[in-house]
Amino acid sequence: MAEILVYVDHVDGAVRKPTLELLTLARRLGEPVAVALGNGAADTAASLAEHGATRVLTADAPEFAEYLVVPKVDALQAAYEAVSPAAVLVPSSAEGKEIAARLAVRIGSGIITDAVDLEAGDEGPVATQSAFAASFTTKSRVSKGTPVITVKPNSAPVEAAPAAGAVETLAVTFSAQATGTKVTARTPRESTGRPELTEAAIVVSGGRGVNGAENFGIIEALADSLGAAVGASRAAVDAGWYPHSNQVGQTGKSVSPQLYIASGISGAIQHRAGMQTSKTIVAINKDAEAPIFDLVDYGVVGDLFDVVPQLTEEVRTRKS
Amino acid sequence: MSLRIVVCVKYVPDATGDRHFADDLTVDRDDVDGLLSELDEYAVEQALQIAEEADEAEVTVITVGPEDAKDALRKALSMGADKAVHVEDEDLHGSDVMGTSLVLAKAIEKTGYDVVIAGMASTDGTMGVLPAILAERLGVPQVTLLSEVKIEDGKVIGRRDGDTASEQLEASLPAVVSVTDQSGEARYPSFKGIMAAKKKPVESLELSDLDIEADEVGLEAAWTAVDSATERPARTAGTIVKDEGEGGKQLAEFLASQKFI
Ligand SMILES: Cc1cc2nc3c(=O)[nH]c(=O)nc-3n(C[C@H](O)[C@H](O)[C@H](O)COP(=O)(O)OP(=O)(O)OC[C@H]3O[C@@H](n4cnc5c(N)ncnc54)[C@H](O)[C@@H]3O)c2cc1C
Ligand SMILES: Nc1ncnc2c1ncn2[C@@H]1O[C@H](COP(=O)(O)O)[C@@H](O)[C@H]1O
Repeated sequence: MAEILVYVDHVDGAVRKPTLELLTLARRLGEPVAVALGNGAADTAASLAEHGATRVLTADAPEFAEYLVVPKVDALQAAYEAVSPAAVLVPSSAEGKEIAARLAVRIGSGIITDAVDLEAGDEGPVATQSAFAASFTTKSRVSKGTPVITVKPNSAPVEAAPAAGAVETLAVTFSAQATGTKVTARTPRESTGRPELTEAAIVVSGGRGVNGAENFGIIEALADSLGAAVGASRAAVDAGWYPHSNQVGQTGKSVSPQLYIASGISGAIQHRAGMQTSKTIVAINKDAEAPIFDLVDYGVVGDLFDVVPQLTEEVRTRKS
Repeated sequence: MSLRIVVCVKYVPDATGDRHFADDLTVDRDDVDGLLSELDEYAVEQALQIAEEADEAEVTVITVGPEDAKDALRKALSMGADKAVHVEDEDLHGSDVMGTSLVLAKAIEKTGYDVVIAGMASTDGTMGVLPAILAERLGVPQVTLLSEVKIEDGKVIGRRDGDTASEQLEASLPAVVSVTDQSGEARYPSFKGIMAAKKKPVESLELSDLDIEADEVGLEAAWTAVDSATERPARTAGTIVKDEGEGGKQLAEFLASQKFI
């Protein structure tokens, strides 16, 4: 059976959820072979094996952390040459997309980015993508070379599928370009204890209507009552009320949770681009004409300072 | 010596228009007004700021696109860029990122550069990978997705805010840079800038000027194929209530009915 190369996104050996989703998709196409790089690479094996990886190729070297992107491209290319896979799947993070794109150029393959679904087809994997702020759905294929496809978080369920997950060391020779861009300092993002925005089942977002950093506590309280992640519109981020890492939309994160709650957000096309594919959408906005109401399953026309605290209270009561 | 800055700008259909696909499943560029991709304005802005800091610098904006793409160049020139390069050829229609990046790389090499600056992503294709591919093709460092950038002593220094960490980056010139919309608001063209832009040189290049064969680019040569594009069904109209004092409770009732609580 054909092997499918899966690039592993992990933090010091802890595999991030989108990679486990990739394994589900990879199993539709063939036998997943995982590639884990950097500090803790070998520690990923147990989790990867549990979710279907037949082999786990690992490499660690200081270059992976000290230089941007290219060392990882070199390693993925080495894995590609060693395995001769039928496809290469990479999580659609900013870095993942760049790694995939450079690999694609090197091996003379076409690339598809930000797939939201994958299935096997007669002429290779068929990828589903969203276009134009998710107003269209397209199906595409790579028509030249070995398909290189990046896949967005929340595109497939995580499934247990125990496999051997045999760890093998990958030999990597770094290219001349590998040390071109030096990482001179790194500040890890502080954890808030809340779920990852792109992985969360529920996202509670606030926009310009929240009217001040100090008021974001209302949004956070609702999020915490539901075990949700917190998002923000660009207007709220630009105003300095909430960190950019929480921005939802075209130039922020794209989310596709089971439930999205927008408070004080008008629903501009660029915001929709990042949340339109959410399963259930709820909005609270005092303007009955706000475009966000075109998307909602349930909307409340009202002042968020009245509605959100009442909702939070009610959720807490019902849950206890 | 003068610092040669080349900025990649794309002409895209207006995101607030009714964007759709043409019959051949390429982006329809005829029925929707086009403009300079808003995300590339940030690249032009950073290029101008870097040029202002440098002793001597020249900012060239470059686009690969149809006749109308001149509008994007003119906007960038009116913001303050010095000259423009327009690669236009009917064989380019339907090129994917591999084709476009090949053409851009050759045109940039022909123009000559110390630093290439691109936007974080185009607002129509939204792949966000072209700058990395350009770096690969040009064989120079990639310093991408920067929210802060400066050039000092022949080096690009910048900050990249990633998923899990914020990184400080450094690379020697020549290099390919891309900047995010966090890098600082782009300036508006002044009246003087708009007038001056009319006299600035716009060089036109065809594939033959770049030693690229027609069959290396375009829809037929694309390394990816779109088989279908379907409009997302409109979401079924939801329930909308007016808050009369019980809005939060009503919402909770809805969430409970959907098993979220
Ligand atoms: C290239 C580009 C990229 C962009 N990328 C993004 C992106 O990634 N994400 C993003 O979000 N935007 C993005 N934008 C910006 C986008 O166009 C909008 O400007 C932005 O989404 C507006 O944010 P908002 O809805 O919070 O603010 P507004 O549009 O000002 O809406 C605020 C809403 O709050 C309501 N409101 C006010 N007070 C209250 C109250 N007390 N109770 C209830 N409701 C209240 C108002 O009725 C209004 O509808 C981008 C724009 C461009 C050009
Ligand atoms: N046809 C083009 N002409 C010039 N620059 C482009 C073109 N396409 C993309 N770019 C540049 O590459 C960046 C990323 O594009 P993309 O990878 O297509 O999302 C854009 O912000 C532009 O700076």
